[in-house]
Formats: sequence, C-alpha cells, structure tokens
Amino acid sequence: MVEQILTIAQSEPAEAVTFATADGMLGSVWLLVAIPLVSAAILLLLGKRADRWGHWLGVGAIGAAFLLGLTYFFQLRGLENKQVELSLWDFMAVGNLRVDFGLLFDPLAAVFVLLITGVGFLIHLYAVEYMAHDAGRRLFFAYFNLFVAAMLLLVLGNNYVMLYFGWEGVGLASYLLISFWYGRPSAATAGKKAFLMNRVGDAGLAIGIFIMFAMLGTTQYDEVFNGVGSMTSTTVLVLGLLLLLGAAGKSGQFPLQAWLPDAMEGPTPVSALIHAATMVTAGVYLIARSNAIFSANETLQLVVVSVGALTLLMGCIIGAAKDDIKRVLAWSTVSQIGYMFLGVGLGGGAYALAIVHLLAHGFFKANMFLGAGSVMHGMNDQVDIRRFGGLSKYMKVTWLTFMMGWLAIIGMFPFSGYFSKEPIIVAAFEREGWTAWLFGLAALLGAGLTAFYMTRLFVLTFHGPKRWTEDIEHPHESPKLMTIPLILLAIGSVGAGFLLATSVPDWLTATNGLGGESGEHAPVLAHWLLTALSLLVTVLGAGLAWFLFRGGTATEPQPAGVVVTAARRNLYTDAFNEAVFEKPGIFLTRALVFLDNRGVDGLVNGLAAAVGGGSGRLRRLQTGFVRSYATSILTGALLVVAAFLAVQAGWLA
Amino acid sequence: MSELKLPSIDYAALAPILIMLGAALVGILVEAFVPRRLRNAVQLGLALVAMLAAIVMVILNADARLITIGGAIAVDGPTLFLQGAILVLAVMALLLVGERTVERGGAFVAHAAVTAESAEDRRQAEGVGGATEVYPLMSFAIAGMLIFVAANDLLTMFIALEVFSLPLYLLCALARRRRLLSQEAALKYFMLGAYASAFFLFGVALIYGFTSGIPGRGAGVDFATVHAAVTDSSSSPVLLFAGMALLAIGLLFKAAAAPFHVWTPDVYQGAPTPVTGFMAACTKVAAFGALLRVFHVAFAGASWDFTPVLGAIAVLTMLVGAVLAVTQTDIKRLLAYSSIANAGYLLVGVLAPSREGLSGTMFYLAAYGFSVLAAFAVVTLVRDADGEATHLSRWAGLGRRSPFFAAIFTFILLAFAGIPLTSGFTSKFAVFGPALEANQAWLVIAGVLTSMVLAFPYLRVVVMMWLSEPGESTPTVTVPGALTSAALVIGVVATLALGVVPGPLLDLTTGAAEFVR
Repeated sequence: MVEQILTIAQSEPAEAVTFATADGMLGSVWLLVAIPLVSAAILLLLGKRADRWGHWLGVGAIGAAFLLGLTYFFQLRGLENKQVELSLWDFMAVGNLRVDFGLLFDPLAAVFVLLITGVGFLIHLYAVEYMAHDAGRRLFFAYFNLFVAAMLLLVLGNNYVMLYFGWEGVGLASYLLISFWYGRPSAATAGKKAFLMNRVGDAGLAIGIFIMFAMLGTTQYDEVFNGVGSMTSTTVLVLGLLLLLGAAGKSGQFPLQAWLPDAMEGPTPVSALIHAATMVTAGVYLIARSNAIFSANETLQLVVVSVGALTLLMGCIIGAAKDDIKRVLAWSTVSQIGYMFLGVGLGGGAYALAIVHLLAHGFFKANMFLGAGSVMHGMNDQVDIRRFGGLSKYMKVTWLTFMMGWLAIIGMFPFSGYFSKEPIIVAAFEREGWTAWLFGLAALLGAGLTAFYMTRLFVLTFHGPKRWTEDIEHPHESPKLMTIPLILLAIGSVGAGFLLATSVPDWLTATNGLGGESGEHAPVLAHWLLTALSLLVTVLGAGLAWFLFRGGTATEPQPAGVVVTAARRNLYTDAFNEAVFEKPGIFLTRALVFLDNRGVDGLVNGLAAAVGGGSGRLRRLQTGFVRSYATSILTGALLVVAAFLAVQAGWLA
Repeated sequence: MSELKLPSIDYAALAPILIMLGAALVGILVEAFVPRRLRNAVQLGLALVAMLAAIVMVILNADARLITIGGAIAVDGPTLFLQGAILVLAVMALLLVGERTVERGGAFVAHAAVTAESAEDRRQAEGVGGATEVYPLMSFAIAGMLIFVAANDLLTMFIALEVFSLPLYLLCALARRRRLLSQEAALKYFMLGAYASAFFLFGVALIYGFTSGIPGRGAGVDFATVHAAVTDSSSSPVLLFAGMALLAIGLLFKAAAAPFHVWTPDVYQGAPTPVTGFMAACTKVAAFGALLRVFHVAFAGASWDFTPVLGAIAVLTMLVGAVLAVTQTDIKRLLAYSSIANAGYLLVGVLAPSREGLSGTMFYLAAYGFSVLAAFAVVTLVRDADGEATHLSRWAGLGRRSPFFAAIFTFILLAFAGIPLTSGFTSKFAVFGPALEANQAWLVIAGVLTSMVLAFPYLRVVVMMWLSEPGESTPTVTVPGALTSAALVIGVVATLALGVVPGPLLDLTTGAAEFVR
C-alpha cells in the first residue's frame, strides 16, 4: 500500500522559477520590516519616557507601513515579472551553506503585506482605546509592532531561513502577548502551552529546512522549487510532512490545535490580530509558498486535505459546545483555517481560493473579535455568552458590525464568506473518485455546523432575554476609537469577498504555481446544485440555532449527552495529549533528573572538586618568594632544553 | 684605511619608532624645564600627540615591505600591524594613566623616594599630583616594543627587549597606594626579568655559534642567516636546539607562558592598575610579535622539532592559567591568570604554520588587548576610601549598586569566556581553526577544555556581582573621568564590533600576514 502510494507521486515538472531584481521604488521594500521594528525598539528602549505618546508611535508605524505597502503593490502591478527579489546581505556563509538576507515581493507576499498592515492598522487603532486603562500599554504596542515586523519578515523572505526567522519572531511576539497579563496564572500557562506546542511544529519546519539543505544545498525559494524534481518522491513526502507539521503548529491544525483556544487569554486585540487574522494563517502561507513541493506528491496533498477536513469538523463541533465568547471564536478560527488547509491541499486553482478565504477571513474574524472585545468592554470583561442577551439595544454599532461578521462567516449571500468558502466546497467535490464525496460532504457539513454555532453565539449575545450578572446595570457602547475600526472591518466583511474572489486569483497567477486551472474534473454534482446545497445547510443550521436559542439558555452547565460532553472537553484531545505525551514526559523528566543528579552531576561535581582541589594545591607553589620563582623558571628551562635536545636526538619523535 | 660605509636608512619606515623615542627624550626635557603644575597636561598631550603621529606614520607605511638600517629592522605586514596594535592599545592605556579625576592626583605616587608607610607617604597619598615621569617612561617602553616586533636580528631584538623592560620595571613600582606591594612587584619583575634576559642572551650566543657552520657564509644572528643555518649548517645541532630553547625561554617569560609565568600574578597585582593593563595588552602583543617572527622566520625550517615542545608548553600554560584562576580571590590576580591562559591560546596560533595561523594570532592579540584594557579600566573604578577594592568578596552585589558598570564588566568577562557575539569568540575561532587545519587537534581540544574550566571563575564573578545582595563593604563605582570613559568605550565597542563584524580586521590581518625575509 505504502509503496503504491509512493509510486503514484511525482506529478508534472514545474516550469523553472526565476525572480527579477528589485529596483527603483521597490528597492526600498525592506522599509516594510524596518519601520515597525524600529518603532518597537524605540518603545522598548525608551521605557517609561515613551508612555505618553508610545501608542501613537505604534499606530503610526503600522499606518506608514500600510501606505508603503500600497505603493509597492501598485508598483508591482506594472511589472512584467511580478516576482521581485531584493538581496540585502549575506545572512550566513558557513562552508557550503550560504543564506541570503533577502526579500521577495511577489503577488502572494503583496496581498499578505496589505492584510497584515491594513487589518493590523485598524486593530492597532482599536487597541489604543482598548488598552487605555492598562499600565503596560506602551509595552503592549512595542510587542505588537514587533509582531508586525516579524510577520512581514515571514511573508517577505526570499528563502526558508528568512521565513524561519520571521516564524520564530511571530512565535516570540505571540508568546509575549498571550501572557501579557502574566500575573494571571491562566495567561502564563496559556503562553507556555502555545510556546511548547509551537516548538513541536517549529522543530518539524527546522528539520524540513535541514533536509532541503542536505538534498539541494540551498534554502533559496527559487533554487528549492526548481530542484524539487530532482528529489525522490519519498524525500518530497518526508519534506512536505515536516513542513506540514510546522504549518499545523503555527495554524492550530490537528494534531497541534490545542494551544490556539487557550491563547485567547491575551488581550482581545491580540486575539484579533495574531490569533485570528494573521499569524495563524502563516501555515497556509507556508504551504501556498511551497506549492512546488506539495503539488509534487499526491500522497502529501491527500494528507493536507485530510488534516484540513478533520480540523474544520473538529473546530465546528467543539465550537458549538463552548460558552466563552472568545473561545467560540477561537474554535471557529481553527475550523476556518481548516477550510484553508483543505483549499491548499486540493492544489491547482484551489491555492488561490484558499488565499482568498484567508484574506476574507482576516477581515470578518478580526471584525468579530474586536466586536467581542467591545462587548466585554461594556460588560465588565464578562466572556460567558450565557450571561449576555439582549445587547442589541445597548450596543447598536457593535451589534450591527458583529452581524456583518456573523453573516460573512456562515457564508450567507452576498457577504464575503459566501464568495470565499463556497468555491472551496465546490473544489472539494472536484476530486477524483470517492474522496470527492468524502471531503466535499465534510466541507458541506462544516458549513452547516458553522452556521449553527455562530448563530448560537450571535443570538445568545445580542438577542433574547437579559441574563446579566448582578453587577451590570447599563452596558455601554464603546468609544469612537473602537467603533470606527469595527465599522471599517464590517464594510470589509460585506464587500471584500466579492472583490477578492473576482480579482485575487488572477493577481496571484503571477506567483509561481498558484495560477493552476481549477479542477481538471467536473464536480461530482452540478455546480448550481452545490451552491444551492451549501446555502441550504447554512440556512438550516442558522435556523435551528435561532429556534433553539431565541429564548435564551440556562446560565449553569446542563447535563449533556456523549457528543456534547466530548465537545465540551475538546473531543478529549487534551486528555489524549496528557495521557500520551504529558504523563510519559513527566516520567521521562523525573528519570532524567535522577540520572542527572546522581550520574552526570556526580561526575561534573567530582571533576569540579578535582579542579578546585588541584587549584588549591597548585596555589601553594605561588609562594611569593623570588627564589622559588627563579627555581621554578630554572626547572622549566632545564626541562625545555632537555625536551629540545630529546627531540633532536629523536627520542620523542 | 678603508672608509666606513654607512648602511642606508629608510627614515619613513622607521618613523613610528623614531617618533616615540623622540617623544620620550622631549618628555625628559619637559620634566626638567616645565613648571610642575603644567607638567601633567604637557606630558599627557605630548605622549598622546606622539602616539597619534606614530599611528599615522604606521598607516602611511601600510604598503612598505622592506629591510632597512643594515638589516636590523624589518618593516613588513606583521610589523606594521603589530606596531599599529601596540600604539592603539597604548593610547588606551595612556588614557588610563592620565586619568586624574577618579583618584585625586592619579594612580601614581607623587614622590617615589618617600619611604613607604611613613607619615609623609600618607600625606602624599592624599592627592598630591602623581609623578609625571610615567609618560616618558611609557614612551620609552612603547618605542622598545615597536623595535621588538620589527627586529630582524637577535641582537636588535635583545636590545629592544631591554629598552621596553626597564621602563616597565620602574612603572610597576610607582603605585600611589599599597606601595610596598608595588615595590615588591617591581623588584621581583626586575630580578626575574634580568634572569630571563640572561637565558635569551645565552641562546643568542649558542645560535651564533651554530651559524658559523654554514659553508661560504659568515656567522651572524640576523634571521636570514639563522634561517639558512637551520638547513645548511654543519655545526652540531645541539647548538641549534639548546639555543632555540634558551631563546624561547626568554620570550616565553615576557609572554607569561608556564612555567615562566610565575612573576605574572604578583606583578599584575602590585603594579598600578593602568600599568597592569598596559602590560597585559601591549607587552603581550610585543612578546608574541617577537615569538611569531623568531619561529616563523628564523626557525621555520625546524618547525617539526619545536612544535611538540612549544605545544606542550601551550597546554601547560592553558592548564595552569585556567586551574589556578579558579581559586583566586583578587580580581587583578584572576585577570593575571586569565592572561596566562590566553598566552596558551595564543601559542596555539603561533604553532599553526600557515598564513591563517599568523593572521589569527595577530587578530587575537588585538582583540584581547582591547578587552583586557577595558577590564582593567573597570577595575580602576571600583574603589573605596583606601583606593581600589580588588578583593573579589568586595564585588558581591555590585550589579545592584552600579548596574551599568557591572553590565560592562559582565560583557567583558563573557568575551574572555569566548561567548559568541564578542571578540573572544571570533578570536578563539581564528586561532583554533588554523591549528585544526595544521593537524594540531590536541592543542585545540586542550584549548576548548581549559576554556570550559576558565569560564567558571569568570561566571563566578558575574554571579557574585548580580546574584548577591550588596553588603556593608560593597564599594561604589566612581564615576569615571573623560579619559577613562574614552578608554572604556573604545575597549567595549571594539570587543563588541570584533565579535559581530570581525570581517574588516580579519581581512587586514590576512593581508598583513607575510614576513619579509
């Protein structure tokens, strides 16, 4: 079976990849990374002196980066070869390993730059008000800018080492921001959890890069992609699986999904920017960027599609059972990224569809997270949706903007989710044989479930009877600085889908490998039927949720059946991790500590004692008397002369 | 009667040496004729200007590759690089010597003739301006070092050795406080130095005897003749090897290699700290410059014979330096043992017979000089009412009292320990790499193992500074004057820069790594 799979691999050889050199205006593309980085450095180094104006510097840096990104974007549009490379300096040159500190600005990178800086700017603006009462606001903005710089480096690098550099940078920023309120034990633990689970994925990515270097002698994108054909299909498979492990770690995909919901312990703007709109999509970026590797092996694509389909269903099921507003949104992020993985796994034209969904998701998910933040802001930081209800009267702007996000994510026509998700579902049905049914139906079922749990969230929060805790009398709408980004993002949630779906796939064709024709096969069901079906399950799911929850819900946990209990416990994945990794890990650690204390430390301490003792004895030779010094020199001299003479006489040679 | 034929002299090539000698002589006149209150400023200015002028001349000579003044002096890549290094490091040391605000009157005794520990001595210690003779003495020492690294025959080398050693003996005796310790150190240094010079001179005599055996060529002690003799001489090789051993002993004494290092801790501890820094940086450069020239030029043909012996000395030196550093309780003695261990690492570079070995050793010398001067600059700042507080227990908790200087000192200690992003890492890499290529893996293994041992005393100081609570006796760090600050900044910046972007200096040393014969 395995051999059979391995022999199927090796699809069509890709055309040679060549990058043009960046010149003119585009020669300054490094500024995109430099501006936020310098701003972060200033905020960190100036300390308290920057407290008064630091947040505006942070916002301004991202705004400047966005404007620059826009001008570069228009520059790029006019070019023949839309993949321009800018080599800044030799990053490392050790033996055969030469790594360029270089940037690659191409259509894929360009849309990411616009997403990161555009949505990032709005969220920065929102955070000015959201963090206004926090003593650590300047530090927050420093980390936030650091994150943007690292994320831009990640998408702009022209080789895998640069990507890894940015990858670790966003990991660091994410860790710092998840545990930003490190005084809370839950936030500190969540930070650690995110860091550790990411390490598992990062190790995969690092080993993948090592393999590239070992097999191809380079980590530059163009050279790697051109060299994929020269590797055996097994190597490509292993390499791809390792990259996938990295991608799954960063993007919260099965089996490394558990950290992402816990990451919601960070401030809400962090959840919106890092753990919804940008960083967690880095895995999708990695796979789309490495399309030459993933397209070269069908088994690999099958694995990616399976991970995507499994994760999207898991996310939906768990999301339906959660009561914490941010955790529901977090699981929906997991699930939506599952759709993107499904898209990039399908390959060909679906790469572009996944990127479109990624961009659209960036808007509406950021919108909803910020909306959730606005709700929490007005409700004394309450996050339990069972304790909301009827907020539509009190928070008009939040309600309306959240509604746009809700309609977008469930894929209702004509909101943006419809234009970005429905094509992925159709593409899933375009596979060969029975897998078309398997993945197609999974995607379709996911759409229905998404509609169900998002409607549940929306209805319980904004409609139905009030179930507030006693301490809240008048929930208030958030200040302007928070609602304006909400409104802008809501406009994006409404309109972006159509715009993106009609323009981005064409635009992305200029990035190598992303321009494939969508589906060589016709879908197993007619296209119109699929569209109708997906709208139908959406309406059904939303309708069911409306029917069940319009009258509110109990404020205490209710006894539940097998499925709901499992979903409440994250489908037992945490228990599984604990039993399979944590417990044996603890035992291993204990064993190693024992070995370390008794064996290694004993040896080391013994050696140290020997050195110390020897030192103490030798010290006594240093008497301070010139006569003994002279004797020592004379002895040494006699020995040296004797040694030379011995060498000369051939005794030592 | 035949007319005496004068050798041709290339004055431009000799200019750095002549400038320093001239400055020293003018300095003596200044002592005699300039009023006391102006002397310090005039002497400091004079020495500084002379050194800068000498540096400029070294730079102007950068492309000179010649042997002049009758074959006594060779001006070539290594000469110029080492002269430049000595001069730059000497400027840093001079800044420390000239500092007068950290301690009133400077680090030097006002009247060296006053009996130590007498009432008059205590009076002069309280802020009478220090002796200004230190400047001409230092200029003489520097001139001697410049000749030492350029000497092209063994006699010139011997004279240069004495020219730079005698002023150093004197400088060691001139500490303002703890004068008995200082005078004792100077006397020890002088006696042992004279002893070692005797070995050197005896070695020269034996080599001279050996060179008489070359058919068709007169005897001589210039390096070309010695080089020819190593392969062609018909004299007994016992002369050669005994002579080589004795010469090596004289040079290894100055370089502080075991077992000829015994003077180092006492002298480093007793000497005024700026002078200690000067010795640790510049004397080291000069001694290793001479070792490089002697073993790479004169005895190149015998490298199979001297490598095992010098290798054993290198290993012994590293071991002694590292192991003894572990139990030191005085910061200056600790740095002395560290300097001994570093002499061992430098010997590893000397024993790599390639061009890379030569350039790596030169790089190491320069990089180490910057770090060690910065370290001693910090030592001059940590003080209490009785002068410098050098006992390590007094440094406990310094990180809480003066985080800035504790951080600087930590950085320098990390550089000594060879942590990446400091010059300590790149310079160890620069000497160990060529040694590996020359199949001297045993030296590199010894070097790495002793580096690990040596990291312990360094980190112990770091731990003490940062993780102990400051006690009653923890001294404060004096705010440094402009001169010390300048020296400190140069040292720290160089240590960092050579760790992050070592490329330019490595290129320079590689370009300079060729002797003229």
